[in-house]
Amino acid sequence: MKTNFKNIGSYFKKDQHIKRLIVMIIVWMLFIALTKFNKFYSLLNFQTMAAQFPEFGLMALGIMLCMITGGIDLSIVGIANMTAILNAFLLLALTSENGSLPPYAIPLVFVLAIVIGAAAGLFNGLLVSKVKIPAILATMGAGELFRGVCMALTNGNAVSKFSRTYSQLINNKIGGIFPVQLLIFIIMAVVIWFILSKTVFGTKIYMLGSNLKAAKYSGLKTDKLLIKTYMLSGICAGLGGMIMLANYNSARADYGSVYTLQCVLIVVLGGVNPLGGKGKISGVILAIILLRMLETGINRFPHISSYYISLIWGGVLILIMVLNYFSENKKFTIKNKAA
Amino acid sequence: MVESLLKTVDIYKSFAGVQALKGVSFSLKPGEIHCLAGENGSGKSTLIKVISGVYAPTSGHIEFSGRTYNKITPIEAINNGIQVIYQDFSVFPNLSVMENLALNSELADNKRFVNWKRMRKIAEESLSKINFSIDLDLDVGSLTVAEKQMIAISRALMFNTRLIIMDEPTTALTKREVQQLFKIILKLKDQGIAILFVSHKLNEVFEISENFTILRNGEKVAEGETSSLNTDQFSYHMTGREFEAKHFIPAEISKKPIFEAKDISLSGKLEDISFSLFKGEILGITGLLDSGRSELALSMFGMNKIDSGTFELNGKVVKIDSPQAAIENKIGYVPEDRLTEGLFLSQSIADNIIISVIDKFTGKAGILDNEKREKEIKLWVEELSIATPDPNNECQTLSGGNQQRIALAKWLACNLDILILNGPTVGVDIGSKHDIHEILQNLANKGLGVIIISDDLPEILENCSRVLVMKSGKIVSDLDAKTSDEQAILSYMM
Amino acid sequence: MQTSLPFTIKRIFRRNEPYVFLVLLALCVLIEIRSGQFFSPNNLVDISSALVVPGLFAIGAFLVLLSGGIDVSFPALASLSAYATTKLLLVMDYQGGILIPILIALLIGAVLGAFNGLFISILNLPALIVTLGSSSVFKGVMQGALNSKQLTVIPIGMQEFGKSSLFTATNSISGLTSRMPTSFIAFILVAVAVFFMLRFTMFGRGIYGIGGSEVSAIRAGFRVKRTKFMLYVMVGMIASLAGVIRTCMMQQCHPTNMLGMEMNIIAGVVLGGTLITGGRGTLFGCVLGTLLIVIVENSLILIGVPTSFKSVFTGALIILGTSVSAYQMMRSSHSQREKLLSRREVVNEN
Repeated sequence: MKTNFKNIGSYFKKDQHIKRLIVMIIVWMLFIALTKFNKFYSLLNFQTMAAQFPEFGLMALGIMLCMITGGIDLSIVGIANMTAILNAFLLLALTSENGSLPPYAIPLVFVLAIVIGAAAGLFNGLLVSKVKIPAILATMGAGELFRGVCMALTNGNAVSKFSRTYSQLINNKIGGIFPVQLLIFIIMAVVIWFILSKTVFGTKIYMLGSNLKAAKYSGLKTDKLLIKTYMLSGICAGLGGMIMLANYNSARADYGSVYTLQCVLIVVLGGVNPLGGKGKISGVILAIILLRMLETGINRFPHISSYYISLIWGGVLILIMVLNYFSENKKFTIKNKAA
Repeated sequence: MVESLLKTVDIYKSFAGVQALKGVSFSLKPGEIHCLAGENGSGKSTLIKVISGVYAPTSGHIEFSGRTYNKITPIEAINNGIQVIYQDFSVFPNLSVMENLALNSELADNKRFVNWKRMRKIAEESLSKINFSIDLDLDVGSLTVAEKQMIAISRALMFNTRLIIMDEPTTALTKREVQQLFKIILKLKDQGIAILFVSHKLNEVFEISENFTILRNGEKVAEGETSSLNTDQFSYHMTGREFEAKHFIPAEISKKPIFEAKDISLSGKLEDISFSLFKGEILGITGLLDSGRSELALSMFGMNKIDSGTFELNGKVVKIDSPQAAIENKIGYVPEDRLTEGLFLSQSIADNIIISVIDKFTGKAGILDNEKREKEIKLWVEELSIATPDPNNECQTLSGGNQQRIALAKWLACNLDILILNGPTVGVDIGSKHDIHEILQNLANKGLGVIIISDDLPEILENCSRVLVMKSGKIVSDLDAKTSDEQAILSYMM
Repeated sequence: MQTSLPFTIKRIFRRNEPYVFLVLLALCVLIEIRSGQFFSPNNLVDISSALVVPGLFAIGAFLVLLSGGIDVSFPALASLSAYATTKLLLVMDYQGGILIPILIALLIGAVLGAFNGLFISILNLPALIVTLGSSSVFKGVMQGALNSKQLTVIPIGMQEFGKSSLFTATNSISGLTSRMPTSFIAFILVAVAVFFMLRFTMFGRGIYGIGGSEVSAIRAGFRVKRTKFMLYVMVGMIASLAGVIRTCMMQQCHPTNMLGMEMNIIAGVVLGGTLITGGRGTLFGCVLGTLLIVIVENSLILIGVPTSFKSVFTGALIILGTSVSAYQMMRSSHSQREKLLSRREVVNEN
């Protein structure tokens, strides 16, 4: 634990971007504390926030992984909805007449979610690595295809009326405090953090993201690495879909359609370089927290339209980019002059 | 006494307190071919930028045909007939030859609309100035390097040009193309156009230059007539160090070959290539740019899948169909283009060193063993004396020579038997070049089989014990470096 | 120097457009054979009508891609500008014709485009991120500051423009009629103007040049920052025009229903052969690619494919189309040498 604190400290010193995000969160929390303390600082409010963000937070983690390799995954929402719809059908079939589920149902749908997500990710990964379609196009097309599958399966209607047990379970609070959605997110975030910073695979995808050709010449199995990355992203999206299924208590082809751009925005805001090779999960999680807090905080001002949040998101993203631009340019000119 | 065309007088240029140029004066006469030499960071590119108006000098002035400028804008530079041809030729790969030729002058004339007929005329005219003919409708992206250079030269001649500055013009050309280029340069000279070559090595460019100026650390350290300069003096002026030219003599060469190529063929590229490599020797492979020398290297490293033939390692046939297979068989490859193929510039020095052996540092379930990893990194940083305060810094913070050492360290960490290097010192300055050669010789003495692929003949002769000369995809000669010289090798190459 | 005919043909087929054209033709013929309805006058008019708004968007997206950038903000930009225009005119109780609404929209579009252009060209920030952010900002301004709601009534001038038609086509068998909207002229005008700009102005060549190599463009003397800035302003105007036209055609202003169009539009442009990395692509290809997407979205129903399958086909089309061009790229880099040699031969023959 001690070393972790030290790490956070050195992050804070070394990484301007992370620092800026933390400062922004603190400033916002202070502002809210001064103006709407009671309406914001309650356990219930934090629980609500914690239950809301995991669905798109998971998808953002997927995009982050792909962006580290120099790609992107625009099919996450498609994968999430496809997973949710297929599992909704399964749950519907398993729901008994008195509205209960057999005990194996919940683990089964989660295993299935992982399998579906991984399969969809495999498809993306093959397109990107073997067919060599630029990731932005491949995943855009695949996303449209997955959405198409959802539409074809449901005719655009919502799938619901399955046992409420599932939704209730996911919407539970462990010990009355800790939302299950958050737990799922944390588990996945820890897994990804672990993969990125503690495993060989993590190092390899950073290297691959900064120079694909050099990665090939260094003997990395680049195709396999890419495929695995997109599979991981697919799994994240699949789990995100499972949380959506619980939060809406139904599944539909067009749920969460704004999440694609929103997640890309989060990931970039979190300091991940869209060209690949750079980015930390801590930044992305901070970006998720910042945006969730902004949105919830704004909602505490009833006379301000909640739609302003979109304005603020975009503004924050551009602001951070501009700040980065000026700080980097300063660094760059100094370096240049020294050379 | 002919009046000088260009004169820089006591130019100083500093960036935030760092002196890039310290009182550089030099002059050029009309029709003079001049070489401006210096290592990376010597200030030669800063000087060029001052002349072409990109930078304003901190003090000093420029005289152009007798007129004095304290500073010059890029437009003034062009109006004074100065044209710079950069190493990348500044062409548009996606546009046609015609547009590449005509756009610049149309822009200079402040044209707002495109007249395709006029553009074609301009293009034809500019090509005729150097008697070069090519289909005007081709995309420039599909041309050879030499053709692109011709486009860049013709384009530069559109502006009443009196001085053409060329940055490393011969680097990517074949010998024949270099001869072609020189013919044109001489023709330009006859027309009174001066040429300023910028170079960091003693090469063909020097042969054709009449005068030279050498910069080191922002100061002019030597100037004079090129004919009076020899290799040793050149190296000394460039680096301030003296190098003993010594021929590498391997300590011990194995009796049996460690690696054999037998009848390797690759359609259109390689034909029946057979050779052996012995432990402890440095084998040179040379040839013109299109001789197949790079294809052969890539085939040995599994990047090209060969059509027929076999590779044998210690007498056993091995299948090398991927870089992974090559690495498993203890073969490493340092690519020619360090920046795009060899290194991960934005990643840490540490990860660059260990990337190919990273799988060795895993405990259970692919978890990184940090202690082992750091030990290995420390070992190679010290072994190759890589100048960095912290191996976790980004690789791009290093100089070219240090970067090349990282590209080497990566493979040494793999504990190889065979190391193939393609153009090991391209773009590396003389000091680092010397160090890299020393490292390679030490490696051979430790029992590695080293293959150097290069068209830098002095490099080949100095370091290799045997030289294979390639031509049109075949090995045409197997020479003993001790008894051979550049002339002999050249005669096989052409 | 005259190039030989086989070589010219080879060169044409190295481009994407002929393949897109063949696929398009095959699709049309297939639908015609299965339904007998495709080449009916009213269906052709319906498709043309459906092409107007996506076509305008596509031209804007095409220009940006050509310059090496990307723009995902145009639906939000168009929505904001169409909404602001409509709202403003309603508040003013405007009774005049279509000209003023279009001018206002163009003005707003130019300002919003300049917002993108400012960050992308002056500060040199990555286009994807800037337009992602600005898309969010535009949406926020529209839904937050302007408190947008669906406007079911639009000014009379816009209503009339939306209802007006050039001619009406009748299907002789079914008797169904379709109107060719006047706005189709706007699409044609923009397309022609952009074609001339790209082909005959230095500004247009500058867009190609910047897309090919920004450094070379700077050295050649193109005013790169200015060109890029103007480009985003122009694209903002084109998108705004599309927004207003859509509002007119729908006879109501729905603030959010254009959002999310960006992906399919960009996909169409890329299908038409525009390189996503910039520098290569033709307006003709861009329109062909968009037409392909429009036909898949509108006409598959004619051969009995349920509308719910639309996305399956669009997705498959994008994947197939992009894999073909990826394959071509791979092949061309593999056979660069052979190409060079064969070219030499051709040149020698002449």
